[in-house]
Amino acid sequence: MTEPILQLVDCTRVHGHGETVVRALDGVSVQVMPGELVAVMGPSGSGKSTLLNLAGALDLPTSGHVVIENQSTSTLRPDELAALRRRRVGVVFQDLNLIPSLTAAENIGLPLELDGRRVSEARRAAVGALHELGLDELADRYPDQMSGGQQQRVAIARALVGERRLVLADEPTGALDSVTGDGVLAVLRARCDAGAAGLLVTHEARHAGWADRVIYLRDGKVVDEAVAR
Amino acid sequence: MSVPLSLLALLSQGPAYGARIKAEFEAHTGRAFPLNVGQVYTTLARLERDGLVVPDGGPDDEGRIPYRLTDAGAQQVSTWWESPVDRSEPARDELVMKLALAVATPRVDARAVIQRQRAAAMSHLQGLTRAKLALAAPGQPHLSQPPQPPKPASIPTPTSLSDEVVLEHRLYAVEAELRWLDHVEGLLAHRPGPAPAAPASAGPAPAVAPPPGPASPAPASPHFARPAPSDTTH
Repeated sequence: MTEPILQLVDCTRVHGHGETVVRALDGVSVQVMPGELVAVMGPSGSGKSTLLNLAGALDLPTSGHVVIENQSTSTLRPDELAALRRRRVGVVFQDLNLIPSLTAAENIGLPLELDGRRVSEARRAAVGALHELGLDELADRYPDQMSGGQQQRVAIARALVGERRLVLADEPTGALDSVTGDGVLAVLRARCDAGAAGLLVTHEARHAGWADRVIYLRDGKVVDEAVAR
Repeated sequence: MSVPLSLLALLSQGPAYGARIKAEFEAHTGRAFPLNVGQVYTTLARLERDGLVVPDGGPDDEGRIPYRLTDAGAQQVSTWWESPVDRSEPARDELVMKLALAVATPRVDARAVIQRQRAAAMSHLQGLTRAKLALAAPGQPHLSQPPQPPKPASIPTPTSLSDEVVLEHRLYAVEAELRWLDHVEGLLAHRPGPAPAAPASAGPAPAVAPPPGPASPAPASPHFARPAPSDTTH
């Protein structure tokens, strides 16, 4: 029986209290299996970012729980949470993913080095990750020597380096042109097809089209779900 | 009508007989618009009548007559490439009619109509994206391949760029539809009138239906404002 890599169970996140209380997320349940890419859509303020923060263990639910590879984030100490984030979760943002003073390989190896792995080992893993994406030639380039699309693909490689199997992507195609953006999503799709679990937050239907399932959030609730035919 | 012009465009690459033109046409339009060979010959006959094509010599061993463009035909093709296609006449679209009626019909939950349509459109979009992925499967030339000039004398080969052009058109059309659905949902949220979540119980009271036209008094917030303007961003 395959276990979900990410599970949100009846998650509610409330900000503030009394008159100013905001239910950013209201009883949301989502699970992402290995090999699955799930897209989250919804208007601004619908709870997409809150959901992503919970899924990335950057924030904890007010009630309900978030389980990442069998570990419930609510039960962990801060240092354990940090380790969970480092080892299990990769995040790809719209831009500014890579550290400018590090090469592609160093950027990808960074999470491993932070986790105490040897530099040579991190380098080997990084080169391997680039190779899997057909990006070998980028290993020693700095971010400013790469195109926007290449940077985002490197960011996806980093998100899934080492034992990480969960990638959270927040509008990862940002300001890229549509053809380049498709290339980035194709990489994300391919990593999921290879066994990773992906959660993609987007407001573009076109991007959500790459997902196996699309969840619509509105006012913190799941109002709709579409599954690929 | 675009088929005669498409045939003329194909013939501008050199003479060809009907079955060949049919194969070329389908190969170069992502097989999205299948033609039957009879239709092709009927069209060729009409084009010949209009002086746009002429038979190019006699029949070959199998009795097939190749056609070529006349000067007038070549001129027509140039004009086609040089002028924009007229898209100003909207097609009759069932969904547009249905939704326009839904928002004007009491006891119909237009939001539910939108939500169901959106789920279906999204599934469709996912299916098309999968088809696109299959198209770009490793080994297949993909986008970077320069467009190949059709060679009517050769076996027609699938031109993946054309396939992609056709597929992307469908993808963008569904995307546009989804955005339109979202927008209509937003418009509904800003209209005064009965709460859309309470259908069946409303009773026969058409007078209280939300005015569908743009002439109704302006709602509290402009079109592009987000739902619940008082809501805190988070």
